[in-house]
Amino acid sequence: MSVEAWTYLLVGLTFAGYIYIGYASRVKETSGFYVAGRGVPAIANGAATAADWMSAASFISMAGLISFLGYDGAIYLMGWTGGYVLLALLLAPYLRKFGKYTVPDFVGDRYYSNTARVVAAIAAMFVSFTYVAGQMRGVGIVFSRFLGLSIEWGVVVGVLIVAFFAVLGGMKGITWTQVAQYSVLIIAYMVPAVAIAVILTDIPIPQLALTFSDITSRLNQIQTDLGLTNYTQPFTNLSGLNVFMVTMSLMIGTAGLPHVIIRFYTVRSVRAARYSAGWALLFIALLYTTAPAIAVFAKYNLINELQGKTPAEANEIEWVGSWSDTGLLGLEDKNADGVLEMTADPETSEITIDRDIIVLSTPEVAGLPAIVIALVAAGGLAAALSTAAGLLLVISSSLSHDIYYKLIHPEASEGERLLVGRLVILGAVVVAGYFGINPPGFVAEVVAFAFGLAAASFFPIIILGIFDKRMNREGAIAGMIVGLGFTSFYIIGAQFFDMNPFFFDINAQGIGTVGAAMNFIVAFGVSRVTPAPPLHIQEMVESVRVPRGAGEGVDTH
Amino acid sequence: MEPDQQTPPERAAYDYNSPAGKAYWRKNITLIIGLLVVWALVSFVAGILLAKPLADINFFSVPLSFWFAHQGSIVVFVILIFVYARWMDRIDKEFDVHE
Repeated sequence: MSVEAWTYLLVGLTFAGYIYIGYASRVKETSGFYVAGRGVPAIANGAATAADWMSAASFISMAGLISFLGYDGAIYLMGWTGGYVLLALLLAPYLRKFGKYTVPDFVGDRYYSNTARVVAAIAAMFVSFTYVAGQMRGVGIVFSRFLGLSIEWGVVVGVLIVAFFAVLGGMKGITWTQVAQYSVLIIAYMVPAVAIAVILTDIPIPQLALTFSDITSRLNQIQTDLGLTNYTQPFTNLSGLNVFMVTMSLMIGTAGLPHVIIRFYTVRSVRAARYSAGWALLFIALLYTTAPAIAVFAKYNLINELQGKTPAEANEIEWVGSWSDTGLLGLEDKNADGVLEMTADPETSEITIDRDIIVLSTPEVAGLPAIVIALVAAGGLAAALSTAAGLLLVISSSLSHDIYYKLIHPEASEGERLLVGRLVILGAVVVAGYFGINPPGFVAEVVAFAFGLAAASFFPIIILGIFDKRMNREGAIAGMIVGLGFTSFYIIGAQFFDMNPFFFDINAQGIGTVGAAMNFIVAFGVSRVTPAPPLHIQEMVESVRVPRGAGEGVDTH
Repeated sequence: MEPDQQTPPERAAYDYNSPAGKAYWRKNITLIIGLLVVWALVSFVAGILLAKPLADINFFSVPLSFWFAHQGSIVVFVILIFVYARWMDRIDKEFDVHE
């Protein structure tokens, strides 16, 4: 069977599975729609969180990014996993005890302020929309590369699938399809990784192959021979300070992202929230410890296969042709000496490798059978769809629960609320699809924004809301304004107006750390010179600190 | 610290400001701080602040700081969360605040 036939088969089978699960978990109540009835077991929530969190970018681009950053790729590896420790120790158990449906719910109730609720709801929607556009684009790209469909039709198929299970099943449907999607994506990621590890090192476990075989020293050697810097040498692409700040910003941004936080509302108890954070990180770590291994293997392999070949020889290799066609692999004998040579300078280098091909091309470069290539396509789709669904639910709950129900129409019946929730999610998926087909040019730039924003706004005020009983409305609002204001100003300036990164040369990705620190300091200072929060709020803080009674969540009245 | 055996917290109205209530929260905070110190040591210290000195030490076939930055820190993160969850189970039972 051809690659295309296998891809149609595997993608068709997995999609049919998602549709079936979505239909089987359709819901009739708002608690099912927003928090899956709080009945998700800890391990299942861990798998769902992992799929929710690992996007098309984690699956397709991350190993490639690391491949080119070398040591400094640690910003993504540590930054996108370390946040779960913060989440597990500082946020998840307490937010689960608090109960309710959304992150703006906590902010609005804890700071007894509808202004804070609306600001949080808008921030949650903004963060989620910037992300979801990228996911839909990812769906389109996988379809066009592997199935020869146009990007537009690929996005339309993705929209229909997500709309089906998200509208029908809300959080419950999303949760159980995410569990299935995690299984698909992790198998799709591991199979080629294991195969290439065996080919290059004879060790079948990629993580061990990286640490115990001589593959890293071989890559270092090649890089040195080509005049590139050593792969394992720190701070060749980013300064030490920036590696520190970006890592921290990604960690606290992760812990502050609404679509990750709300997953912990769906479990049965505080205890389950703690364990499911552990399961989530374990499932994420499987992919995140494999990625740096793939980064090394694939880079070694690609250079090794192409370096020193004549253009004619290179073009005879089957995968070279198909990837050159996509424009992601460039071979050109610039100095016309008849041999392809990779050099440190992109101007003279005769081999250019786009970072996105590292994962997608691995099975072909390693000469794996067609079914494995098809599996990678299905895995990329699973990663993109699962993240898109989680983000769409945040958009829906922010608009339909925090704004419509809490502010505009508090008398709405159960049926009306459910209907509004469904309509909003349908509208959001259509808008996301539109942005997937017509991507605004700034999507890549605003991803830094999403993390910076989450780091500088949600993370500090949620932590303070739990651990500082004296923290009040005035402190939280002042902290958010300063943190958000500074971070937005800095990121917009640096990304769109060529502003000089004046704050110790910290780049736009890392500035969220500074914004968060400012938020903490201002909130603390202001809260100490303004009145203490009302007594019933202080009692609520005391009660979220104790697990017992989490079944129904905390009543603030 | 041992829980106050004489005044077990009542199920209906738990007193957060009783000696036992305060001791529970103090234990919780101590545990969190302890685990976060480890969290910072394996990532920010071993993987970033000491990246250059530790690059000269080998961990099997790779430099030690590279191993921490690309593999070791992630493994320790996972362990930290499960240690926290297990430890909190014990503290919750000790102070009779478990679900």
